Amino acid sequence: MFRRHFLLATACIAALPHLGAAQTAPEWEAVLSEARGQTVFWHAWGGDPKINDFIAWVSGVAQDRYGVTIEQVKLASTADAVARVLGERDAGVTSGGAVDLIWINGENFAAMKAEGLLHGPFAESLPNWGLVDVAGKPAVVTDFTLPTEGFESPWAMAQLVFEYDSARLPEPPRSLATLKDWIIANPGRFTYPQPPDYMGTTFLKQVAYGTLADPSVMQAPVDEATYAETVAPIWAFLDEITPHLWREGRAYPQNEPALGQLLADGEVDIGFAFNPGRASAEIAAGNLPESVRTFTLEGGTIGNASFVAIPFNAAHRAGALVVANLILDPEVQARAQDPSVLGFQTVLNLAALSPQDRARFDALDLGIATLAPDQMGPALLEPHASWMTRISQDWVERYGVAQ
Amino acid sequence: MRRRPGILRLAPGLTLVLLIGPVVAGLLGTLLPALSSRAAALGELLSWPGLGPALWLSVKTGVMSTVLALAITLLLIASLQGSRAFAALQHLLSPLLSVPHAAAALGLAFLIAPSGWVARALSPWATGWEVPPDLLVLNDPGGWALTLGLVAKEVPFLLLMALAALPQTDAARRRLQAQTLGAAPSMAFAVAVLPALYRQLRLPVYAVLAYGMTAVDMALILGPSRPPTLSAQVVVWMNDPTLATRGIAAAGAVLQLFAVLAVLALWRGGEVLARRLLLTFATHGLRGRKAEPALRGLALASGAGVAFVLLAGLSGLALWSVAGLWSFPDALPESWSLRIWAQAGDGLAQSTWTTLVIALSATAMALALTLACLEAEFRHALRPGDGALVLLYLPLLVPQVAFLPGLQQLALRLGVEGTPLAVAASHVVFVLPYVFLSLAAPWRAWDGRIALSAHALGATPDRVFWTLRLPMMLRAVLTAGAVGLAVSIGQYLPTLLIGGGRVETLTTEAVALSSGGNRRLIGAYALIQMILPALGFALALLLPALLFRNRRGMGVGA
Repeated sequence: MFRRHFLLATACIAALPHLGAAQTAPEWEAVLSEARGQTVFWHAWGGDPKINDFIAWVSGVAQDRYGVTIEQVKLASTADAVARVLGERDAGVTSGGAVDLIWINGENFAAMKAEGLLHGPFAESLPNWGLVDVAGKPAVVTDFTLPTEGFESPWAMAQLVFEYDSARLPEPPRSLATLKDWIIANPGRFTYPQPPDYMGTTFLKQVAYGTLADPSVMQAPVDEATYAETVAPIWAFLDEITPHLWREGRAYPQNEPALGQLLADGEVDIGFAFNPGRASAEIAAGNLPESVRTFTLEGGTIGNASFVAIPFNAAHRAGALVVANLILDPEVQARAQDPSVLGFQTVLNLAALSPQDRARFDALDLGIATLAPDQMGPALLEPHASWMTRISQDWVERYGVAQ
Repeated sequence: MRRRPGILRLAPGLTLVLLIGPVVAGLLGTLLPALSSRAAALGELLSWPGLGPALWLSVKTGVMSTVLALAITLLLIASLQGSRAFAALQHLLSPLLSVPHAAAALGLAFLIAPSGWVARALSPWATGWEVPPDLLVLNDPGGWALTLGLVAKEVPFLLLMALAALPQTDAARRRLQAQTLGAAPSMAFAVAVLPALYRQLRLPVYAVLAYGMTAVDMALILGPSRPPTLSAQVVVWMNDPTLATRGIAAAGAVLQLFAVLAVLALWRGGEVLARRLLLTFATHGLRGRKAEPALRGLALASGAGVAFVLLAGLSGLALWSVAGLWSFPDALPESWSLRIWAQAGDGLAQSTWTTLVIALSATAMALALTLACLEAEFRHALRPGDGALVLLYLPLLVPQVAFLPGLQQLALRLGVEGTPLAVAASHVVFVLPYVFLSLAAPWRAWDGRIALSAHALGATPDRVFWTLRLPMMLRAVLTAGAVGLAVSIGQYLPTLLIGGGRVETLTTEAVALSSGGNRRLIGAYALIQMILPALGFALALLLPALLFRNRRGMGVGA
């Protein structure tokens, strides 16, 4: 009985086109009552205590407002959750699956969508969808050039920023060309996470934007005929800097936190992060010295959005929908943007908010090292996923196995 | 109360089925898809340019670390046993047995990195470094940092195993005899005791070798990355988001399994050579008097080195857990803070609780099975063959990446996956061998005449077991239990896979956190990870002392 009710409710949600922003349609009421008392297993990367604390805080709000409990399953890699849903499908588990909600984007999303492992479309039917800044932040509906089509709902914006210690480096290089000169002049003081790590490939994308004759070709899938010629400038750039990298390019940090640790330990002078507020938050937490500042490159840096998605066999789908909607709530979004909490950029359109909700954002102190929104420069679109798959494969062959 | 005699007799068979069943089922589950439907995956694996270096790296680090760990262990026993330094080292090293590999690796990484504690302590006054030097110490392409980490972690294990086996070799008298013939203490040990000791130590050494070749968490933290070791690369493939590399991961796991088997066979050949060499020493009357002082020095230095690496590394982590800003080249944190402990408090308490429940259930199960086996052996005069011992070691010899994914599929189909109970059951597979090995020797050494006297006075075998043997063996049982706890607490892959990510223990949390590189939080988790098993060992010492405080013959010293 409950089961039929639940299926009906989600079917309605899925079938409905756009709902107005300020509505509580009966279908949503049905989802809310279905969700009450559910525990949502949210699989999210668990490597950052600040994010874990934030999810715990969201859990409290979900409990108070909707009677939904969130249990964060802390992953070392989002791919673990993807592999788990795939394993369940292979084992014939089509309902009652372990994963209710996944923090996801990029390749993981593309893989799950292609394999039909996702529930949806659901995102554009969420009551809070009307607040999302689709026009101003196209990345909220385009995940690595792949249209999300409502199979995932955005919750945070990110843009690549470079971090440096102004006490050691008064004036950082602000373009890819000057960065190259600086690396060569200061051997051993720069590195990037080892591709295929996500942050490592992001650096390669940034290099591609700065060196390719026409970066816009990367918005379409790789054309095998011209690929080698197109990407040649990337390898030329890397060949020039590699001997002057940290450890002469004989070892690379594993991921973004490892790179951040190198900056904190003073092993490198310039690091980078996908969260423009990370440096301020780390200074506030006593992990980085107060003299750290951030900058972006002339011409812009890569930007994208983080999403949540619901697997096809989620045991607590209604609860997952409620959580996906809740994290689009202005109060939750403002808290995520607070640099002392997370420092993530909001996905909402501030102009669409009520004055009271907008005041929550205006009141935020962005922090000593965070660039103001008008200093960030343009957010460059993510290339088509096939480019990064090819480029990181080639990277592994060129630099990833010992010569 | 009285059990039917048949039931106990089944215990050894049942235990072996519980051990072997999951390994075989898991292997089939992993290997069949790799061999049949994904034959193309093998081609992909072979065309991966890093395959040769990765495989060579696995073999090199595994073999080097085993040779060094075994050499240090034997050297310590040969030249220092009985000395005060040996007792001190033994006390320092035994609690370190329970340190999880990931924690030990992270501690070592912070110790030896160019921005690490050693460099900080010497900078800038001795080295002149204002910023960390650009030296490739960690993640070196040769895998030496990884080898060092493995050696430091395995010496305590081998030492404990060797000390447990030594009483069964009649070591003292053999040694005395060789020394009266003029051999120096170390040479006397090598020619007279080592052959008998190594027979007992062989399987633990194989387990160390298999582990060294397949370790994932240590290889990810300390090992090189271009390419990484084969097992680390298999895990990378398993986790690839495009799902396209799962076939190649399975093929890699199969290759890893064969590599381990091949190296074990080679090692067996090496044993024969080593025996020849020892024989030559003995027949040529080599007494090794000149080498003795050098060997003693080497033993002292390497033993102290291992203890330093582990203890200093872990102290570094503990310090990070209460550190505020701590920049290079400060030898100590600039400020102190309990923020991490306050922040992590709830999560820590919860995962500590889950960890304890799982570890206690797995250990209780393993202890019950072990006691049933040993008692059946005693009552029915069963003699376990060498084959049974090999089977006991099977879960430690088969690489975890080769059979756990298959086991996870099985658990999924049975619908038990993701429950703490299923995780505890999977831990039994790994806990049981250790519990059995630590308990078997003292249990078998019990004086059977006590039972004979009791039977003569009319006691049933059950009564003898419950009222005489078990209380007298309490300390050995509790020590075996503490070893079991330590093993269960350290399990990463079984907990992650069988627990489906929903069962969070200290170790799964710590490894997830280590991907974020936050030393403060990792330090807090590692500290609790160490304290729990240490409490187990303390209990094993204190409880018998307390219970039998008015039984002089059963004092701790006895």
